[in-house]
Amino acid sequence: MKNKYSVFSLIKNALSQHENWQQAWGNPEPKKEYEAIIVGGGGHGLATAYYLAKKHNLKNIAVLEKGWIGGGNTGRNTTIIRSNYLWDASAGLYDHALKLWENLSQELNYNVMFSQRGVMNLAHNLQDVRDLKRRTHANRLNGIDAVWLNTEEVKKFCPIINTSPDIRYPVMGGTLQRRAGTARHDAVAWGYARGASEMGVDIIQNCEVKGIKRNGDRVEGLETTKGFIKTNKIGVVAAGHSSVIANMAGLKLPLESKPLQALVSEPVKPIIDTVVMSNAVHAYVSQSDKGELVIGAGTDSYVSYTQRGSHNIVEETLKAILELYPIFSRMKMLRQWGGIVDICPDASPIISKTNIKGLYFNCGWGTGGFKATPGSGDLFAHTIANDEPHKLNAAFNLNRFVSGDLVDEHGAAAVAH
Amino acid sequence: MFLINCPFCGERDQSEFSSGGEAHIVRPKQPTELSDDEWAEYLFMRKNIKGIQFERWNHVHGCRKWFNVVRDTSNDKILSVYKMGEKPPVSYK
Repeated sequence: MKNKYSVFSLIKNALSQHENWQQAWGNPEPKKEYEAIIVGGGGHGLATAYYLAKKHNLKNIAVLEKGWIGGGNTGRNTTIIRSNYLWDASAGLYDHALKLWENLSQELNYNVMFSQRGVMNLAHNLQDVRDLKRRTHANRLNGIDAVWLNTEEVKKFCPIINTSPDIRYPVMGGTLQRRAGTARHDAVAWGYARGASEMGVDIIQNCEVKGIKRNGDRVEGLETTKGFIKTNKIGVVAAGHSSVIANMAGLKLPLESKPLQALVSEPVKPIIDTVVMSNAVHAYVSQSDKGELVIGAGTDSYVSYTQRGSHNIVEETLKAILELYPIFSRMKMLRQWGGIVDICPDASPIISKTNIKGLYFNCGWGTGGFKATPGSGDLFAHTIANDEPHKLNAAFNLNRFVSGDLVDEHGAAAVAH
Repeated sequence: MFLINCPFCGERDQSEFSSGGEAHIVRPKQPTELSDDEWAEYLFMRKNIKGIQFERWNHVHGCRKWFNVVRDTSNDKILSVYKMGEKPPVSYK
């Protein structure tokens, strides 16, 4: 690597007041033609380009981003990483990603601040208890670490939770995945961008795709705000805007795009050293390294591309947070924002070829795509390079909505991310 | 968050309503004769439009009646409201 980051480079640059750090990735104008173009410069898109260059030897790749890299859902999520999904296909997919996370900082020579602080999912009624226990067993059969905690053990693991039996939704136990945790979301996009750029990938920001040029059943290129760019392979990783891009190619997807909100509090001293999720009351919370509580709320019920979200959703989430954590009652919230998530009917992603040759889609991650970033990029790169899915993403094809072979992760698998 | 002008009750907060998704998806007349592709189209495939979308809403915490709405999903502005069974306003087509 040209500019390897290390303690020595840090000292060297400290001596020159940090004014001589080199740009981490290039800012090129688009060429006339590429072997492959990735639409969407978020974590998943940049990871796809990175693995295409690294593992599949494609040299002439571009990533097109309509805004700035990592400015969409990559910079808007609550950074939770876990792999405790119910079904075998999901377990394979998300645990593949988790294993890549474990070595990602070394791989990218970029500190993504991956912190395996554990993720705990709470049960608030008997059905939750049955579902979560079932999921614990399913996880362990798939080689994913998972333990069931009773109410006392939950209290011991995270003492600030109100475990009184008198609250509206009492804590009846929970599951814990210790290998799960959080990472610094911007760093993931920046690390992949730097790695990809170093291998010659053109990262083109402020370049919006306006149309897909087709010749019969195959793609020929993209109309963009920076002119026409020729290519035979287009990988679309546009999250909430996937349907917009699909419509340009005359394709319909089984997606609905909805605003999902998150919020952070004022920074405080360390108070919660894990991630606690609760689906029944729809509230989850962790603490960032800056000390802010990071709180995830729910989606709005209607299709919208506004990147705002409704106030009543935030209100419901904060009510639940306050009942579970009375200690937070005087915390002030600093910021609230929304991102547009593309939700599949079965709450599982699509990493797939389409019936148009050379057009690939990686979408439908809904409310929980961040955790899969490295795995999603790796498997999508494989799919694009070989024109065939990897065995880990074979189940996540577009055709499952025709065959009926859905990967139904709704409800059963802690679908609040 | 926005206000919806229920054709039966008048203007109310959006949180009183439940979204029924894309409107004018016609229920198949002869389900037994549908191919898998046609079922997928009917059940799962959605236009998911960024812009002017026709959709169904239910005033679930009010009169509990269904009706149609024309809404711009890029800014949540409601352009028109019309009852079930009525033809969609032509000007937005």
